[in-house]
Amino acid sequence: MGAVTSPAPAEIERPQSAEEVFAVPEPDVPWVTIVHNDPVNLMSYVTYVFQSYFGYSKDKATKLMLDVHHKGRAVVSSGSREEMERDVQAMHGYGLWATLQQDRK
Amino acid sequence: MPGHFEPLPGGGAAVALDDVEISIIRSLAVQLLELIGPGPAAEGADPLAELFAEGPSEPPADPVLRRLFPDAYRDPEQEPGTAGEAEEQRAHSSEFRRYTENDLRAGKRENALTVVRSLDGLAPAGEGGAVLKLSTDESRQWLGALNDLRLAIGSRLDIAAEDDTDDLYRLPDEDPRKPMVMAYLWLGGLQETLVSTLMP
Repeated sequence: MGAVTSPAPAEIERPQSAEEVFAVPEPDVPWVTIVHNDPVNLMSYVTYVFQSYFGYSKDKATKLMLDVHHKGRAVVSSGSREEMERDVQAMHGYGLWATLQQDRK
Repeated sequence: MPGHFEPLPGGGAAVALDDVEISIIRSLAVQLLELIGPGPAAEGADPLAELFAEGPSEPPADPVLRRLFPDAYRDPEQEPGTAGEAEEQRAHSSEFRRYTENDLRAGKRENALTVVRSLDGLAPAGEGGAVLKLSTDESRQWLGALNDLRLAIGSRLDIAAEDDTDDLYRLPDEDPRKPMVMAYLWLGGLQETLVSTLMP
């Protein structure tokens, strides 16, 4: 985005952009916890964390780990903002690189 | 088995370590403790004040600590769309940091302290070295500490992509990073075998 310091009146009447919609989020849109790829974390360790923290089956944990590894990221949980903050904090405790955001599709 | 954790019957894990290995792990754990810092208790004597102490709102300056305590609201692969969005992410990350970073540091400190304590409690075996035996709880703490140590070394070695690790495998012996790389790979083997003893 360029630095727009003094928007022209025409821009004010422009329909809301996607970013502006995000600035006023719908309260019932769920939040997601995303784990990002990291060349240091062992694949077995990441699978272990998904199994032991989230209680996921070995298959589900392995699939999520492979998504992180190959696609660079995976959504590992979804829910309220407070729940996702708890999950992100737990992931940081395990040393996984996690962030949360509202699930905009 | 040198360099490999094995499961103990009834839970827990064991590994044989020689004196050099013991001193390397201990020294790395102590360095990690120094980096993480002593926690609020060391600054004020009031335990109640510590309970309500707020954490920092800015990301740490040290790259290792920035990796251990990343911004919770900043997607590393997605640039914020607008300046307002960037500001919002920054503000939310700061707030998250204020109420989580002290606890996160305490957890990592506790894990690293467990490593130091269990090494200091080792009874010397015959010809140098000892067999380290961990309970399941201690294994979990060791696992976290080994991961933090590898993240710290990985950050110091600038391992940011899979290719970087491949390059490090091929370093010539005279490269000054070689000893750190050897430690990194060896800790990876320890962590890998420790995970397998804990797999549900």
